Amino acid sequence: MPVRVQTAAFDAGAELNGFSKGLAAGAVVSFTGIVRGGGGMTAMEIEHYPGMTERALTAIAEEASRRWSLECALVIHRYGLLEVGETIMMVATAARHRAEAFQAADFLMDYLKSRAPFWKKEIGEAGTSWVDAKASDEKALARW
Amino acid sequence: MIDILYFAWLRERIGIGRERLETSAPTVAALIEELQSRSGGHALAFADLSTIRAAVDQDLVELDAPLGNAREVAFFPPMTGG
Repeated sequence: MPVRVQTAAFDAGAELNGFSKGLAAGAVVSFTGIVRGGGGMTAMEIEHYPGMTERALTAIAEEASRRWSLECALVIHRYGLLEVGETIMMVATAARHRAEAFQAADFLMDYLKSRAPFWKKEIGEAGTSWVDAKASDEKALARW
Repeated sequence: MIDILYFAWLRERIGIGRERLETSAPTVAALIEELQSRSGGHALAFADLSTIRAAVDQDLVELDAPLGNAREVAFFPPMTGG
């Protein structure tokens, strides 16, 4: 279950190709998160907890892998300063059938939103502000 | 000695990302009470416990969790990954 936490930009397409190569699984699903623009926002700063972040992401990927018998799962998440339009993170899952791959990717996203120690700060024309966690993010965990 | 780490707006309000201290607090909540009296910044950061999450030795815990022989306790707001 490869998990990478990095400042460097990455090519989600190339990562997905590399991930898919040589798999016996019949289904691969991926999600890519991109810094959203609008509302005067120009960039985002992502802080994380080195050490715990990797542990938490690995635990979440292992849990997804157990629940849906994944052949493989990939999580890449960046931190540091990112401009609007840059790729923040991606997950990919590989399973025998698409339902498992979709569900596992959805689970990974729900959990890494509120159980992996990342904090987003929006940087805009009017200043900076920490992004508040949404009650809906916490509720999303209950469905698993 | 225990390492205390702060992240995001807790770090900004307290003014430091890490400090080391001697404590006999039995739980995370008791440790927070000790920390609240260290400075105005600490008091401000820990003013509303509903916005505080904690990890003991890099595992997420509830605030009533025991400290045990913890080496590292981290405090931060609800996480916003993804």
